[in-house]
Amino acid sequence: MTTLTQKDVGTFLAKQGILIAFAIFMIGFALANQRFIQIDNIAGVMRSSAILGVMALGVTFVVIGGNLDLSVGSMMSFSTIVVLDLHDKLGPALAIPAMFALTLLLGAFIGFLVGYLRLNSLIVTLGMLSAIHGLTLTWSGGKNMDIDDKAGTWFSFFGQDRIMSIPVPILIFALVAVVLSLLLAKTPFGRKVYAVGGNGQAATFSGIPRARIVFMTYLISAFCVATAGLLQASRSMGSQNTVGQGMELEVLAAVILGGASLMGGAGTVFKTVIGVLILGFIQNGLLLVGLDFYVQYIVTWIIIILAVWLDIAAKRGRLWSPIA
Amino acid sequence: MTSFNRRDLLKRGAIWAFILVELAFFSIAGRFLSVSDAAFMDLDNMLLLLKQSAPIGIIALGMTIIMINGNIDLSVGAIFALAAIVMLDSMNWPFMQGLGNWAIPLAWIFALLTGVVLGAINGLLVWKTGVDAFIVTLAAMLGFRGLVFMYNGEQPTSHMNWSLVDFAEAQFLGLHTPTWFLLGTVLILWLLMTRTVHGRNAYAIGNNREAAVNAGIKVGPHFVWNFMLIGFLAALSAVVFYSESGSVNPNDGMLYELWAITAVVLGGTKLAGGYGSIISTLGGVIAIQLLRKGLGHIGADTQTVNLVIGLILISVLILDRQLNSKGKEELKI
Repeated sequence: MTTLTQKDVGTFLAKQGILIAFAIFMIGFALANQRFIQIDNIAGVMRSSAILGVMALGVTFVVIGGNLDLSVGSMMSFSTIVVLDLHDKLGPALAIPAMFALTLLLGAFIGFLVGYLRLNSLIVTLGMLSAIHGLTLTWSGGKNMDIDDKAGTWFSFFGQDRIMSIPVPILIFALVAVVLSLLLAKTPFGRKVYAVGGNGQAATFSGIPRARIVFMTYLISAFCVATAGLLQASRSMGSQNTVGQGMELEVLAAVILGGASLMGGAGTVFKTVIGVLILGFIQNGLLLVGLDFYVQYIVTWIIIILAVWLDIAAKRGRLWSPIA
Repeated sequence: MTSFNRRDLLKRGAIWAFILVELAFFSIAGRFLSVSDAAFMDLDNMLLLLKQSAPIGIIALGMTIIMINGNIDLSVGAIFALAAIVMLDSMNWPFMQGLGNWAIPLAWIFALLTGVVLGAINGLLVWKTGVDAFIVTLAAMLGFRGLVFMYNGEQPTSHMNWSLVDFAEAQFLGLHTPTWFLLGTVLILWLLMTRTVHGRNAYAIGNNREAAVNAGIKVGPHFVWNFMLIGFLAALSAVVFYSESGSVNPNDGMLYELWAITAVVLGGTKLAGGYGSIISTLGGVIAIQLLRKGLGHIGADTQTVNLVIGLILISVLILDRQLNSKGKEELKI
């Protein structure tokens, strides 16, 4: 039986801090309002978090690989608009794979620029944010997109149906999370993603194809975005051109909240899921205790900074930064 | 040594050459494609272009200094919106109404103070917690936007004061008021970055932070000053813009941070820090505005503008990688 030193407690808090904070929030909201822990409320929160969540899973790979992806929001608008448009032209069975192919093509383009040409990911994806937004507007002609015959299609299955009384978006989110979690934690590919993000040069010297790994992380991110676009389109059966606008930064906030380091090399799929759920439940909980919607923004601000601050404070062993 | 100078000259001149190419292209293409008879290079058109560049331009100039430091500020759009609300709302306060037109400068001061305080919060967090500026300002973007909504819910905030509108629309020596603010900011920041110790320190910190610390530069306070400066400039941009329009929506200013960063990067400033210039950023701002106006002039849809700006940004990055040896290294934020 070893005794707990203060340092152990500190490390424990830093490592599991996000889970502890999550638990405290849940208990607090549950005490404040009974409705918070009822099954239908929890299912509701998870269902509305699914779209943001799926995107965050993909961005987790990109961030662990040491890069950023600011284009996921406008790419999600693109997938949503494209699948809605193609639905009426080709039918749902063809529209969905076509949309996935197009979105993956965009992901491959970004992956090529960042992975093989080694361009700065922040600027590349910033440029792509703008470019893809233009592409979406060109595709739709600037108009809202709607499915004509909403009753006569099975397309609403992904966003609106239930299997064994569980909403399909939750099932899809869970499925993608489990698959990607296994991919990241249990396969050689996953280990290479950590290696590339942790120390790119060392990874290159040990024979890991850095460019290809980075390329793959953007493909995974694009796949997740396409899935999110499918969920969004299927849920609303119609959409504006700007449906994903601003989501790139919310997604990033969830990933950071989950403890992934922007320097790369750290983070897990499971913790990103926790980050997504924290954002979702805080939003829901604050509304249920009767606060206005904007309070969630202010709370999120404080939580993100506290989470990252405590994380690095534990690593350097002191609370305040050593910056002169 | 000579090759270095040639490269440097090429890099500094690139944005202005690009502007000349744009001017030539849109003038010629406009003859064949434009729906209107007016020439693109019309003086009034160019003056209007400068005026419209001012809001993003003033923010982008501040962003240049932040990026030379090796930091970034994603919260400027939210600061812009909050400062605008404070300015317009404060003129509706009872004691301000009794002041007549003296309320105007007071409202400006309130707005600018708001920007400085919000910037100081960011700066202090970056200094004291050691959390990366990207994360601090990303979170602040959400938090400050929350404050914007707290102020007036989802309602727009308005105040109409005709002497204020007259001032904002006035022309002095041919240039509009916003243009004067933009040029004044350029001049002051250029002097700051090229003629003062603060400017020299900014480059030194961006180049090699550890060396700067060893040389005795107080990096933390330096960051705080710069974040206060960009907060001030975001508020100044709001003052310039909303003096004329008189009404602000709580979603205004969203994505301004991305436009400002785009302009700065087009101007050649390095994300990694240590390199960049105020004048080149002005070039980047004008280049983007020219592109918007020019594409509109030859009848392209607004959507094309986004596509073209995005692709140009990426092309600049590829070109820059060829020209600049530092770009070949692995850049990290």
